[in-house]
Amino acid sequence: MVEHRGFSRFLPHIVLVIGVAIVAFPVYLCFVGSTHPQDIVANGQMPLTPGPLFFETYYKTLFVGSSGSTREPVATMLMNSFIMACIIALGKIAISILSAFAVVYFKFPFRMAAFWLIFITLMLPVEVRIYPTYKIASDLNLLDSYAGLTIPLIASATATLFFRQFFLTIPDELVEASKLDGAGPLRFFWDTVLPLSRTNIAALFVILFIYGWNQYLWPILITTRDDMQTIVIGIKKMIVTADALTEWNVVLATAMLAMLPPVMVVVLMQRWFVKGLVETEK
Amino acid sequence: MQKRAIFGGKTLPYLLLLPQLFVVAVFFYWPASQAVWQSFLLEDAFGLNSSFIWFENYTELFADAGYYRTMVTTAVFAIMVAGLSLSIALLFAVQADKSIRGAGVYKTLLIWPYAVAPAVAGVLWIFMFQPSLGVVAQGIRTLGIPWNPLLNGNDALILVVLASTWKQISYNFLFFLAGLQSIPRAVIEAAAIDGASRTRRFWTIILPLLSPTVFFLVVVNIVYVFFDTFGIIDAMTQGGPSKATETLVYKVFFDGRLGGNLGSSAAQSVILMIMVVALTAVQFRFIERRVAY
Repeated sequence: MVEHRGFSRFLPHIVLVIGVAIVAFPVYLCFVGSTHPQDIVANGQMPLTPGPLFFETYYKTLFVGSSGSTREPVATMLMNSFIMACIIALGKIAISILSAFAVVYFKFPFRMAAFWLIFITLMLPVEVRIYPTYKIASDLNLLDSYAGLTIPLIASATATLFFRQFFLTIPDELVEASKLDGAGPLRFFWDTVLPLSRTNIAALFVILFIYGWNQYLWPILITTRDDMQTIVIGIKKMIVTADALTEWNVVLATAMLAMLPPVMVVVLMQRWFVKGLVETEK
Repeated sequence: MQKRAIFGGKTLPYLLLLPQLFVVAVFFYWPASQAVWQSFLLEDAFGLNSSFIWFENYTELFADAGYYRTMVTTAVFAIMVAGLSLSIALLFAVQADKSIRGAGVYKTLLIWPYAVAPAVAGVLWIFMFQPSLGVVAQGIRTLGIPWNPLLNGNDALILVVLASTWKQISYNFLFFLAGLQSIPRAVIEAAAIDGASRTRRFWTIILPLLSPTVFFLVVVNIVYVFFDTFGIIDAMTQGGPSKATETLVYKVFFDGRLGGNLGSSAAQSVILMIMVVALTAVQFRFIERRVAY
């Protein structure tokens, strides 16, 4: 910036290092706790450095499950979360890109009505229609299924707006050119629009994958069977049982495993993540 | 919003819209209208009988001191989380915006909590502050400060606020950083040449130019506290102790499921819907202005 003298050169580093430390501290403690024996964690004697049980705890968490309960091993929950997050992300992208394409490239009666119908769902988050939505899902026999976990969440006003915004920036000459080549709308969509949308799709996928992975309210309503649980609700169920019986080392290992995939997505695909986050909010 | 060169086709556009409109109709509009309808009904606990009672669910709600308490809790919660996370994020963003070495690394290390599920964030924080085994809780106790979020409502609220703030800093940080980077350097340098000090430049130039971002983030943070903190609360306190951390959304969930009072739960949903509509309207009005700006 403007001046670079003395102490002011170091101030940003000091503030940011402290910031990073504060932000990372809860996760560090969580990791430490997941590597110590259960009784040491439970009686509050936990040291601040990692313990010896890394492999044992994570093996048990992933493939055996917490003892003394009928809970599923966490590997199953990870699988459920992964499937749910992917279906939600890809489903939202697929139906939104088709809707945006229809709204931007066609002229037909009720075009704006359709657009507004999608747009207004922005104001109807699942939290304001919890029980009626649950009732419909159960009437349609969707409880304890991947379809029930995902389809009711799959409409997306933000994704539709995002694609619409992007399509409006595609030059009209491209449509004219492909019309001259004799291509119909679907060919144009497949050969031109879809390849042009690649980076937008990637950015949206990152955001929506995290959205899907972190779903909480809907999965606790819609799943009753343990083998359909996602990891985010599985971990919560591990700590509600009588406090003294909570196997904290397993709970903490589960927390680490629940954080790992979405955090890796953010860190490894940071460029797309930032693009997706900043541009979908506009 | 339409192209000059467009396609013909009578049924194709409807077919393309069909999947989304189907989901929207079945899982959004139908349940939302059911919620409105239910809010005028009195149902017995088994859902066998129901009678139309006009606005009784609403009048009962507004006569209930507990509902106002939940509103106040939600408001306090929102103000604290927005205030804390916005100021901390702004502090970090201002530092990261300076041309220092490793700015990119700091950015990466500050944004990942966005990806942590609210319920998991709740678990992390309850583990640190749980009175009997939490490392931080023990630290607080050795300082002689009484601390028990399992019994003390204020302690519980503080804990929920801290966990929610922790998760929200990364989001605010990213938007502040983007906002700061869009301020032309020339303006700041001109002020520096005129002899304005660092602090003065911040308060009289940077912050005013950042105000659209601040306003946008305030709305987003309120929405976040209203809806996305559900997982944090459910994992940490379940709205307790004695409803001290119950937000409006948590009450809808609790009254409908555990309390078995679907009519009241539906009435609360409708009130929430109205609040979301208002918040969204505010947000979009502002965006229109920002475009003109």
